[in-house]
Amino acid sequence: MRDGTQNSVLAPGTGVEGNGPSLLLRGVRKAFADVQAMDGLDLEVARGECFGLLGPNGAGKTTTIEICEGLTAPDDGTVEVLGLNWRTGAKELRQRIGIQLQETQFPDKLTVEETLRLFRSFFRRGIPVEESIRTAQLEEKRGARVGGLSGGQKQRLAMACALVGDPELLFLDEPTTGLDPQARRHLWDVVEGLKQAGRTIILTTHYMEEAERLCDRVAIMDHGREIALGTPQQLIATVGGEDIVEFAVSSGEAGGHATGHAVVDAGPLRAIPGVQSHRVDAGLHQLSVSELHKAVPRIFAALKGQGLHLSEFRTHSASLEDVFVKLTGRNLRDE
Amino acid sequence: MNKLELSSLYQLTMVRFKLILREPEAIFWIFIFPILLAVGLGIAFRNRPADVLQVGATTAQLTQALASDKGLTAATMDEAAGTHALATGGILVLAIQRPDGVAYKYDDTNPDARTARMVADRAIQTAAGRREAVRAENELVHETGARYIDFVVPGLLGMNLMGSAMWGLGFAIVEARQKKLLKRLVASPMPRWQYLASFLLSRLAMLVIEVAAFLGFARLVFGVPFRGSLVELGFLCLLTSLAFSALGLLVSSRARTMEAASGLMNLVMLPMWILSGVFFSATRFPAMIQPVVRALPLTAAIDALRGNMLQGMNLGQMIAPVGILLAWFVAPFAVSLRIFRWR
Repeated sequence: MRDGTQNSVLAPGTGVEGNGPSLLLRGVRKAFADVQAMDGLDLEVARGECFGLLGPNGAGKTTTIEICEGLTAPDDGTVEVLGLNWRTGAKELRQRIGIQLQETQFPDKLTVEETLRLFRSFFRRGIPVEESIRTAQLEEKRGARVGGLSGGQKQRLAMACALVGDPELLFLDEPTTGLDPQARRHLWDVVEGLKQAGRTIILTTHYMEEAERLCDRVAIMDHGREIALGTPQQLIATVGGEDIVEFAVSSGEAGGHATGHAVVDAGPLRAIPGVQSHRVDAGLHQLSVSELHKAVPRIFAALKGQGLHLSEFRTHSASLEDVFVKLTGRNLRDE
Repeated sequence: MNKLELSSLYQLTMVRFKLILREPEAIFWIFIFPILLAVGLGIAFRNRPADVLQVGATTAQLTQALASDKGLTAATMDEAAGTHALATGGILVLAIQRPDGVAYKYDDTNPDARTARMVADRAIQTAAGRREAVRAENELVHETGARYIDFVVPGLLGMNLMGSAMWGLGFAIVEARQKKLLKRLVASPMPRWQYLASFLLSRLAMLVIEVAAFLGFARLVFGVPFRGSLVELGFLCLLTSLAFSALGLLVSSRARTMEAASGLMNLVMLPMWILSGVFFSATRFPAMIQPVVRALPLTAAIDALRGNMLQGMNLGQMIAPVGILLAWFVAPFAVSLRIFRWR
C-alpha cells in the first residue's frame, strides 16, 4: 500500500511497517573453509540512510552484503531486513529490495532497454523502464547493445536494474571499483540523486573518498569485524588533527646521493603544539596536525635543527583513509 | 507496457530468442550446417544410373571381351601398370592373360571388386562361347525411400536436434553462470523455474523453424518421403528436442567454465555420433553392445524418425523408442533441477 500523494517517481515505496530499521544484524558470523569472513558483526541501518561498509579487500564487506541480500546464509546470528527475515520472508523481500552485485555481466547482445524490460518484468510493481533509464543517465544508450557500453555505463545499467523494482532498500556492492575517476564521479551523481529522493542505500567500497562523499554513516571493517562506526566527520575527528603532514628526509648534504632514510628524532616533533601523533611507514613520516599554518614552520625548524633535509613534503586534510591507518596501522590499499 | 510485456516468462523467452538470433555462428550450425551436410551426402551417395565398374586387362583381346558388357569399362595395360592402378583405386579388377587361362587380381574385401570380378568373368566366359543353362531376365526397381539419402536424412535430423538442444541450453547456462548473471537473476524475484522453462519455450520456437527448413529442403531437393503422420513426426521432433534439452541442462547444471561444459558435452555426444546410426544402421554393431546402443537417446530418436518417415509407422508401433526418449527427458530434468548450481 502506498500513499498516492507521495508517489514521486524517485521516492522509494515506503512500506506500512513504520520506522523500524531497514537492516538489523546481530552477532552475525560466517566462515568459508578456514577464513572467518564475518566475526560477530552487528549493524543497524535506519530508513532513508545511506550507509557505507568500508574496508580493504578481504575485510568481509561482500560477505556481509550478500548475507543481507539473502544470497549467503550466515553460520550464526540474526539478520532482519525491512523487519523480515530470509527464512520466512524471502519471496516478499526479493520484491522489495534492489541489488547490484559485483561483476555481473549482462548479456552483451541485449540492448540497455531490453535488459531493463527483462528485470522490470520480475517485479510486481516498480518504476517505468524509461524512468530507470533517466535516473541512471543512460538515455543516449537506450538502444545500444550492452557489449558496447563503457565500464561506467555498465555499472549504471546494473544500478538501473536494481532500481526498476522501486526498492525500499538498495544494495550497491563496490559500484565504482575499476572505474576511471570521471566515470566514478558520474556514478556518484546518480547515487546522490537517489539519496536526495530518500532511498535507503547500503553500499560497500574500498574508496575512502567515495564513502566520505556519499555516506551518512560509515562502518569500517577489517578481518570480518567492525572496527569503527560513525559519520565520516566523527570518524575523521578521531584521528586527532584536521590535517595530515607527510614528509621524508635525507641526512645532510651528502652530495645528493644519500641512500636510505635518515633517522629522525620524533621527540621534538611530538613536542610541537598542534601535532597530535607521529608514525613512520617505509621512510614516510606522518603527523596528524591541528592548526596547520602554525605547526608547519615549527616542523621545518625542528628538522633543520636535526640537520635533516626534506626530500618530500606534503599535506592533506585528514580523511577516512587516515582513520583506517590509525586503527589498523596499515594503508587501505596495501592489501 | 502491456500485460504480456510485464510477464517475466514472456520476457525471459523473448530474451533467449533474441540472443540466439543475434549469434550468427549459432544460426550457421543450427540452420545452414545440416543442409550443407545433406547436400554433400546427397551428392556423394547419389544413385548413378547402374554403376559402371572400371577394370583392366593385359591383352587387347581380353579388353574387347570385357568392354562388351555394359556394366564395365575396360582398358589395356601391362601387369605392372595394372597393379599400380589396382592399388590406387583406378581399377577394381585386373584380368591377366596366362598360358592356361585367365587370372583375376582384385581385393576380395571390397564388395565392388567382387562384383567386378564376377561381371568380368561372365563377360570373358561369354566371349569364349559359354551359354547360360537357365534363361534369366531382369526387372529393375528404383524406389524412393530405399536410397541412402532417404536413410541419412532422419539420421541428420536426429543429430541436429541433439546438437542444437544441447549446445543451445548448455552453453547459454554456463555462460550466464560464469558471468555471474545467474547469481544476479536469483537475487531478483524471478521464479527460478521460469528461467529454465524459457529455454524450453525458445527451443520449441526454434525447433519449428529448424525442422521445417531442413525437412522442407530434403523434400524439395531430394524428394525424401514422408510416409507417416506429419503430426506424429512433429511430436517425435518435440520429444527428441526435450530429451536433449534435459540432457543439456544436466550437463550444464554444475559446470563453472565453458571449457568444462564443452568437454562434458563432447563426452556425452561423441558416443552417440558413432553408435546411434546417423550415417549407417546401428544394427551393424556387435550384439554384445546392442543393449547400450538401443538405450541411447539418439538411437531411439533416429529409429523413431526413420520408422515414421520411411516405414510410415505410427506411435503405437514405436513404443520402445518413444519410451526411451521420455525416460531421457524426465530423468535428467529431475536430476538437474536438484543439483543445479545457481551461482
